Amino acid sequence: MIHDMIAIFQDYWLLLLIGQYPNGPLGGLANTLILSALSIALAFPISILMALARISKWRLLRWPVTVLVYVTRGVPLLMLILWSYFLVPLLTGADVPSFVTMLTTLVIYQGAFLSEVVRAGIVSLGHGQMDAAKALGHSYLGAMRFIILPQALYNMIPSILSTFVSTIKDTTLGYVINVPDLTFAASQVNNQLLTQPFQVFLILAVIYYAICWSITFVANRLERRITRKRAGLGGDRAAAAVAVPAKIASEQL
Amino acid sequence: MSGFDLSAILTNPEYISMLIHGIEITFVIAIGSWLLAMTLAILLLALRFSPGRFGNAFVAGYVSYHRNVPTLVQLMLWYFGIFTLLPDWLTYWLASHNAEAIFAVIGLGLCQAAYFSEDLRSGLRSVSPGQMEAARALGHGYLSAMRFVMMPQGVRNALPPLINHSVSLFKNSSLGIVIGASELTHAVKEIENLSFRTFEVYLIGTVLYLFFSLIIMGAGAFISMRADPARRARA
Repeated sequence: MIHDMIAIFQDYWLLLLIGQYPNGPLGGLANTLILSALSIALAFPISILMALARISKWRLLRWPVTVLVYVTRGVPLLMLILWSYFLVPLLTGADVPSFVTMLTTLVIYQGAFLSEVVRAGIVSLGHGQMDAAKALGHSYLGAMRFIILPQALYNMIPSILSTFVSTIKDTTLGYVINVPDLTFAASQVNNQLLTQPFQVFLILAVIYYAICWSITFVANRLERRITRKRAGLGGDRAAAAVAVPAKIASEQL
Repeated sequence: MSGFDLSAILTNPEYISMLIHGIEITFVIAIGSWLLAMTLAILLLALRFSPGRFGNAFVAGYVSYHRNVPTLVQLMLWYFGIFTLLPDWLTYWLASHNAEAIFAVIGLGLCQAAYFSEDLRSGLRSVSPGQMEAARALGHGYLSAMRFVMMPQGVRNALPPLINHSVSLFKNSSLGIVIGASELTHAVKEIENLSFRTFEVYLIGTVLYLFFSLIIMGAGAFISMRADPARRARA
């Protein structure tokens, strides 16, 4: 069976990893990674804005964002993908590639999840930091920009990596709207072969496992290091508060 | 096609019965895989705490596989892969007994067991070891100390992540559509194909999912509240 798998991989590695497709920039694994990286890169600034809105004093800012977060968390990602599948073309009036549709959905979805992580990171710092920054003459925004966010974001690096892993896993759902990613490539290989479906999907699982495991490994190492550093600063509570959202972020799919 | 009109869907008995069937299958998948996952999680936990290194390594590998491989790929491996390796008589039996839903239950249940067992383990680990020693000093055996002292506290600690994961298990039941299980998302897509009322159908589907998710979260919050000994003592 291992022989079969190696043979399949040798015949189709181009398709599985970087193969060319008409409706996406690259195809296969390359597409999966580009899609995940892009959606995290775009979701991150949005999530900071959402987190700030959720801890702001103004209800008009707080409420809509809270509702958005609750809805995104309560509805399956698949449902959101189907939503944008017809909403995005409707709004832009153009024939949008499924890659872009998937990117839009993931940005909103991961933005909502990341905003919870960012919020927990900010809240875990405690009021003292803000009070001290204000006492030093910083305005609210200045304190956020120079004192609170840098510390919070540093603590959140492991959580962001876990979110990256869950984004990679989420991209598989693009299969339903034919996003040309690794899962799609594997199903194409399966359609061409038809004789060894088990081997094909096992290869798929192995590739995903290798990538996600390596990122999880790095995230865990970083988390231990940051926790130790913070413990040195007397911030046990802060470290614990950041460790929990990391778990929440890695929980889905 | 005219503007927004929910009644076009809600007054059509055919669509309603499709929706109800979808909800039914969604709940069959969600509840079935929840039960499977909980049973397996407890077994995995027992293996993990048992002496001997093999059990520990096995559980670590199990958890690692199910956390790092996308659930969708696991489902595909089960339905498109393992299904074809089964002996003929079993294939026939499964094919005539809604194989899609059965494999959705198996795939989601095995996957979620990894998360549940990790939740329970971290819940148990946060119970101080002194509790175990005290229980043993009072004359409890290992099992009885587990049953009456450790587990009640450990499960209570594990409740928030368990509830989170139960909600995500419910949401993940929508993945059944990929292997052809006729659950709620599937029903929504079918009705969309028949009625062309995309916006209305998806709105109904979304509201239904949100409704059930919120009910699960609410039930979870209620159970956590009831499990809190401080509150119970006050009541």
